[in-house]
Amino acid sequence: MQEKILKIAVIRFPGTNCEFDTQYAFEKLGHTTELVWHENDTLPEGIDLVVVPGGFSYGDYLRSGSIARFSVVMKAVKAYANNGGKVLGICNGFQILTEAGLLPGALKRNNNLHFISKHQNLCVINNDNAFLNQCDKGEVLNIPIAHADGNYYIDDAGFEKLEKNGQILLRYSDEKGNPVVVNGSVTSIAGVCNEDKNVFGLMPHPERALEAILGSEDGIRMLKGFEA
Amino acid sequence: MTATVNVFLKEGVLDPQGKAAHHALDSLGFAGVDDVRIGKQIIIKLDTTDRAVAEAEVKEMCETLLANTVIEDYTIEIN
Repeated sequence: MQEKILKIAVIRFPGTNCEFDTQYAFEKLGHTTELVWHENDTLPEGIDLVVVPGGFSYGDYLRSGSIARFSVVMKAVKAYANNGGKVLGICNGFQILTEAGLLPGALKRNNNLHFISKHQNLCVINNDNAFLNQCDKGEVLNIPIAHADGNYYIDDAGFEKLEKNGQILLRYSDEKGNPVVVNGSVTSIAGVCNEDKNVFGLMPHPERALEAILGSEDGIRMLKGFEA
Repeated sequence: MTATVNVFLKEGVLDPQGKAAHHALDSLGFAGVDDVRIGKQIIIKLDTTDRAVAEAEVKEMCETLLANTVIEDYTIEIN
Protein backbone atom coordinates (compact mmCIF):
# COMPACT_ATOMS: atom_id res chain seq x y z
CA MET A 1 0.00 0.00 0.00
CA GLN A 2 1.29 3.42 -0.95
CA GLU A 3 1.20 5.45 2.23
CA LYS A 4 2.71 8.68 1.00
CA ILE A 5 4.42 9.95 -2.15
CA LEU A 6 7.84 11.18 -1.16
CA LYS A 7 10.03 13.74 -2.88
CA ILE A 8 13.58 12.45 -2.72
CA ALA A 9 16.90 14.14 -3.54
CA VAL A 10 19.61 11.75 -4.75
CA ILE A 11 23.10 13.27 -4.47
CA ARG A 12 25.59 12.71 -7.26
CA PHE A 13 29.37 13.14 -6.98
CA PRO A 14 32.00 12.43 -9.63
CA GLY A 15 32.37 8.65 -9.29
CA THR A 16 28.91 7.94 -7.87
CA ASN A 17 27.47 4.94 -9.72
CA CYS A 18 24.32 3.85 -7.86
CA GLU A 19 22.30 7.00 -8.44
CA PHE A 20 20.12 5.52 -11.20
CA ASP A 21 19.48 2.30 -9.26
CA THR A 22 18.47 4.44 -6.31
CA GLN A 23 16.11 6.53 -8.45
CA TYR A 24 14.69 3.38 -10.03
CA ALA A 25 14.05 1.86 -6.62
CA PHE A 26 12.24 4.79 -5.09
CA GLU A 27 10.29 5.49 -8.30
CA LYS A 28 9.22 1.84 -8.45
CA LEU A 29 7.77 2.41 -4.98
CA GLY A 30 5.81 5.36 -6.38
CA HIS A 31 7.98 8.23 -5.18
CA THR A 32 9.53 11.10 -7.11
CA THR A 33 13.28 11.62 -7.23
CA GLU A 34 15.65 14.30 -8.40
CA LEU A 35 19.38 14.04 -8.97
CA VAL A 36 21.40 16.76 -7.25
CA TRP A 37 24.91 17.47 -8.56
CA HIS A 38 27.66 17.93 -5.96
CA GLU A 39 28.25 21.57 -6.96
CA ASN A 40 24.71 22.63 -5.96
CA ASP A 41 24.67 24.63 -2.77
CA THR A 42 20.98 24.01 -2.13
CA LEU A 43 18.66 21.02 -2.06
CA PRO A 44 15.33 21.01 -3.94
CA GLU A 45 12.40 22.61 -2.11
CA GLY A 46 10.02 20.43 -0.13
CA ILE A 47 11.99 17.19 -0.10
CA ASP A 48 11.20 14.40 2.37
CA LEU A 49 14.50 12.52 2.13
CA VAL A 50 18.07 12.90 0.91
CA VAL A 51 19.84 9.78 -0.33
CA VAL A 52 23.62 9.66 -0.67
CA PRO A 53 23.99 6.68 -3.01
CA GLY A 54 26.78 4.18 -3.52
CA GLY A 55 29.76 4.30 -5.82
CA PHE A 56 33.33 5.51 -5.69
CA SER A 57 33.11 9.26 -5.18
CA TYR A 58 36.39 10.94 -6.13
CA GLY A 59 37.86 7.53 -6.90
CA ASP A 60 37.94 6.64 -3.19
CA TYR A 61 41.20 8.65 -3.09
CA LEU A 62 42.79 9.21 0.32
CA ARG A 63 39.93 7.38 2.11
CA SER A 64 36.48 6.40 0.86
CA GLY A 65 34.21 9.42 1.23
CA SER A 66 36.93 11.72 2.56
CA ILE A 67 36.86 14.15 -0.37
CA ALA A 68 33.13 14.03 -1.09
CA ARG A 69 32.37 15.20 2.41
CA PHE A 70 33.82 18.62 1.50
CA SER A 71 31.64 19.02 -1.61
CA VAL A 72 29.51 22.14 -1.77
CA VAL A 73 26.30 20.11 -1.63
CA MET A 74 27.37 18.45 1.63
CA LYS A 75 26.99 21.76 3.45
CA ALA A 76 23.34 21.76 2.41
CA VAL A 77 22.96 18.08 3.36
CA LYS A 78 24.50 18.77 6.78
CA ALA A 79 22.21 21.74 7.38
CA TYR A 80 19.23 19.63 6.26
CA ALA A 81 20.21 16.80 8.63
CA ASN A 82 20.91 19.12 11.54
CA ASN A 83 17.45 20.57 11.00
CA GLY A 84 15.91 17.12 11.48
CA GLY A 85 15.72 16.17 7.78
CA LYS A 86 16.04 12.48 6.95
CA VAL A 87 19.22 11.35 5.22
CA LEU A 88 20.07 7.83 4.02
CA GLY A 89 23.61 6.85 3.02
CA ILE A 90 24.07 3.59 1.14
CA CYS A 91 27.55 2.03 0.84
CA ASN A 92 29.80 4.90 -0.32
CA GLY A 93 27.04 7.17 1.01
CA PHE A 94 27.50 5.58 4.45
CA GLN A 95 31.25 6.19 4.21
CA ILE A 96 30.66 9.84 3.25
CA LEU A 97 28.25 10.38 6.15
CA THR A 98 30.73 8.97 8.69
CA GLU A 99 33.55 11.07 7.21
CA ALA A 100 31.25 14.12 7.44
CA GLY A 101 30.60 13.40 11.11
CA LEU A 102 26.86 12.92 10.52
CA LEU A 103 27.18 9.31 11.66
CA PRO A 104 29.48 7.91 14.36
CA GLY A 105 32.39 5.55 13.65
CA ALA A 106 34.42 4.93 10.51
CA LEU A 107 34.65 2.35 7.70
CA LYS A 108 37.98 0.60 7.22
CA ARG A 109 39.32 -1.80 4.61
CA ASN A 110 37.65 -5.25 4.87
CA ASN A 111 39.67 -7.57 7.09
CA ASN A 112 40.35 -10.01 4.26
CA LEU A 113 41.37 -7.10 1.97
CA HIS A 114 38.92 -8.31 -0.69
CA PHE A 115 36.16 -6.47 -2.46
CA ILE A 116 33.16 -8.51 -1.28
CA SER A 117 30.23 -8.72 -3.69
CA LYS A 118 27.43 -11.16 -2.85
CA HIS A 119 23.98 -11.58 -1.37
CA GLN A 120 24.17 -11.42 2.42
CA ASN A 121 21.71 -12.06 5.22
CA LEU A 122 21.16 -9.18 7.60
CA CYS A 123 19.45 -9.23 10.97
CA VAL A 124 17.27 -6.25 11.91
CA ILE A 125 18.52 -5.06 15.32
CA ASN A 126 16.36 -1.97 15.86
CA ASN A 127 13.22 -0.94 14.02
CA ASP A 128 11.92 1.96 16.11
CA ASN A 129 13.13 4.50 13.57
CA ALA A 130 12.06 6.19 10.33
CA PHE A 131 13.95 3.65 8.20
CA LEU A 132 13.33 0.07 9.35
CA ASN A 133 9.83 0.49 10.82
CA GLN A 134 8.34 -1.87 8.17
CA CYS A 135 10.71 -4.65 9.28
CA ASP A 136 10.45 -6.76 12.43
CA LYS A 137 13.13 -6.82 15.09
CA GLY A 138 15.18 -9.98 14.60
CA GLU A 139 13.90 -10.40 11.03
CA VAL A 140 16.46 -11.67 8.53
CA LEU A 141 16.71 -9.81 5.21
CA ASN A 142 18.60 -10.90 2.11
CA ILE A 143 20.36 -7.88 0.60
CA PRO A 144 23.38 -7.60 -1.73
CA ILE A 145 26.65 -6.16 -0.46
CA ALA A 146 29.46 -4.83 -2.67
CA HIS A 147 32.32 -3.07 -0.93
CA ALA A 148 36.02 -3.07 -0.07
CA ASP A 149 35.82 -0.60 2.82
CA GLY A 150 32.89 -1.83 4.88
CA ASN A 151 34.68 -2.80 8.07
CA TYR A 152 32.82 -0.68 10.61
CA TYR A 153 34.94 0.57 13.48
CA ILE A 154 33.90 2.44 16.60
CA ASP A 155 35.69 2.64 19.95
CA ASP A 156 34.26 0.96 23.06
CA ALA A 157 32.69 4.13 24.47
CA GLY A 158 31.07 4.89 21.13
CA PHE A 159 29.80 1.34 20.79
CA GLU A 160 28.17 1.42 24.22
CA LYS A 161 26.36 4.60 23.26
CA LEU A 162 25.15 3.06 19.98
CA GLU A 163 23.81 0.04 21.77
CA LYS A 164 22.15 1.99 24.58
CA ASN A 165 20.42 4.40 22.20
CA GLY A 166 19.23 1.70 19.80
CA GLN A 167 21.37 3.11 16.97
CA ILE A 168 22.51 -0.25 15.62
CA LEU A 169 20.21 -0.92 12.66
CA LEU A 170 21.53 -4.12 11.08
CA ARG A 171 24.09 -6.86 11.60
CA TYR A 172 25.51 -9.33 9.06
CA SER A 173 23.99 -12.67 10.01
CA ASP A 174 23.24 -16.22 9.01
CA GLU A 175 19.73 -17.21 7.91
CA LYS A 176 18.68 -17.57 11.54
CA GLY A 177 19.83 -14.10 12.50
CA ASN A 178 23.03 -15.08 14.33
CA PRO A 179 25.83 -12.58 13.66
CA VAL A 180 28.51 -13.69 11.19
CA VAL A 181 31.88 -12.14 10.37
CA VAL A 182 31.76 -10.76 6.83
CA ASN A 183 34.28 -7.91 6.73
CA GLY A 184 35.53 -7.51 10.31
CA SER A 185 32.97 -4.91 11.46
CA VAL A 186 32.68 -4.37 15.22
CA THR A 187 30.03 -6.91 16.35
CA SER A 188 29.17 -7.47 12.66
CA ILE A 189 27.48 -4.07 12.33
CA ALA A 190 26.14 -3.42 8.80
CA GLY A 191 24.22 -0.20 9.46
CA VAL A 192 23.75 2.50 12.10
CA CYS A 193 21.87 5.74 12.66
CA ASN A 194 22.68 8.93 14.51
CA GLU A 195 21.47 9.72 18.01
CA ASP A 196 18.46 11.71 16.75
CA LYS A 197 17.54 8.84 14.41
CA ASN A 198 17.17 10.96 11.29
CA VAL A 199 20.47 10.03 9.59
CA PHE A 200 20.91 6.41 8.49
CA GLY A 201 23.84 4.57 6.95
CA LEU A 202 24.35 1.02 5.77
CA MET A 203 26.84 -0.86 3.60
CA PRO A 204 24.30 -3.24 1.95
CA HIS A 205 22.29 -2.13 -1.10
CA PRO A 206 18.51 -2.32 -0.51
CA GLU A 207 17.97 -0.58 -3.88
CA ARG A 208 19.34 -3.72 -5.55
CA ALA A 209 16.82 -6.03 -3.86
CA LEU A 210 13.44 -5.14 -5.33
CA GLU A 211 12.63 -8.13 -7.54
CA ALA A 212 12.45 -11.78 -6.51
CA ILE A 213 13.69 -12.76 -9.98
CA LEU A 214 16.94 -10.93 -9.19
CA GLY A 215 17.41 -12.78 -5.91
CA SER A 216 15.48 -10.81 -3.32
CA GLU A 217 12.77 -8.24 -2.83
CA ASP A 218 13.56 -7.57 0.81
CA GLY A 219 14.83 -4.10 -0.07
CA ILE A 220 11.24 -2.96 -0.67
CA ARG A 221 10.32 -3.25 3.01
CA MET A 222 13.42 -1.35 3.99
CA LEU A 223 12.91 1.58 1.62
CA LYS A 224 9.16 1.74 2.29
CA GLY A 225 9.94 2.66 5.89
CA PHE A 226 10.37 6.26 4.88
CA GLU A 227 6.69 6.45 3.86
CA ALA A 228 5.48 6.13 7.43
CA MET B 1 59.54 23.96 3.45
CA THR B 2 58.51 20.37 3.05
CA ALA B 3 56.18 18.59 5.41
CA THR B 4 56.20 14.83 5.58
CA VAL B 5 53.01 13.45 7.05
CA ASN B 6 52.72 9.81 8.06
CA VAL B 7 49.24 8.45 8.65
CA PHE B 8 48.75 5.10 10.36
CA LEU B 9 45.83 3.24 11.89
CA LYS B 10 45.77 3.76 15.65
CA GLU B 11 47.32 1.22 17.96
CA GLY B 12 44.54 -1.20 18.81
CA VAL B 13 42.76 -0.73 15.48
CA LEU B 14 43.42 -3.84 13.43
CA ASP B 15 45.52 -3.12 10.35
CA PRO B 16 44.55 -5.85 7.86
CA GLN B 17 47.16 -4.81 5.28
CA GLY B 18 49.94 -4.88 7.88
CA LYS B 19 48.73 -8.26 9.05
CA ALA B 20 48.76 -9.67 5.51
CA ALA B 21 52.28 -8.34 4.88
CA HIS B 22 53.42 -9.75 8.24
CA HIS B 23 52.04 -13.13 7.31
CA ALA B 24 53.78 -12.98 3.92
CA LEU B 25 57.11 -12.08 5.56
CA ASP B 26 56.71 -15.04 7.91
CA SER B 27 55.99 -17.34 4.96
CA LEU B 28 59.12 -16.08 3.18
CA GLY B 29 61.21 -17.10 6.16
CA PHE B 30 61.97 -13.65 7.62
CA ALA B 31 62.18 -14.55 11.28
CA GLY B 32 61.78 -12.21 14.21
CA VAL B 33 59.15 -9.87 12.77
CA ASP B 34 56.99 -8.78 15.71
CA ASP B 35 54.56 -6.48 13.94
CA VAL B 36 54.00 -4.82 10.57
CA ARG B 37 51.90 -1.71 10.08
CA ILE B 38 51.11 -0.13 6.74
CA GLY B 39 50.23 3.54 6.41
CA LYS B 40 50.42 6.43 4.01
CA GLN B 41 53.05 9.07 3.52
CA ILE B 42 51.98 12.48 2.24
CA ILE B 43 54.61 15.01 1.16
CA ILE B 44 53.49 18.63 1.16
CA LYS B 45 55.54 21.51 -0.23
CA LEU B 46 54.82 24.79 1.55
CA ASP B 47 55.54 28.43 0.69
CA THR B 48 56.31 29.47 4.23
CA THR B 49 59.81 29.44 5.74
CA ASP B 50 58.46 29.69 9.27
CA ARG B 51 58.57 26.29 10.92
CA ALA B 52 55.90 27.07 13.52
CA VAL B 53 53.51 28.35 10.87
CA ALA B 54 54.15 25.29 8.71
CA GLU B 55 53.56 22.96 11.62
CA ALA B 56 50.31 24.63 12.63
CA GLU B 57 49.05 24.64 9.07
CA VAL B 58 49.87 20.99 8.40
CA LYS B 59 48.33 19.95 11.71
CA GLU B 60 45.09 21.60 10.61
CA MET B 61 45.32 19.82 7.24
CA CYS B 62 45.67 16.50 9.05
CA GLU B 63 42.77 17.13 11.41
CA THR B 64 40.53 18.35 8.58
CA LEU B 65 41.31 16.02 5.70
CA LEU B 66 44.48 13.96 5.67
CA ALA B 67 43.70 11.70 8.65
CA ASN B 68 40.43 10.31 9.97
CA THR B 69 41.15 10.66 13.68
CA VAL B 70 38.43 8.16 14.54
CA ILE B 71 40.74 5.41 13.30
CA GLU B 72 44.06 7.04 12.40
CA ASP B 73 47.03 8.76 14.06
CA TYR B 74 49.47 10.99 12.21
CA THR B 75 52.98 12.37 12.62
CA ILE B 76 54.37 15.53 11.01
CA GLU B 77 57.98 16.18 10.12
CA ILE B 78 59.00 19.58 8.77
CA ASN B 79 62.21 20.10 6.78
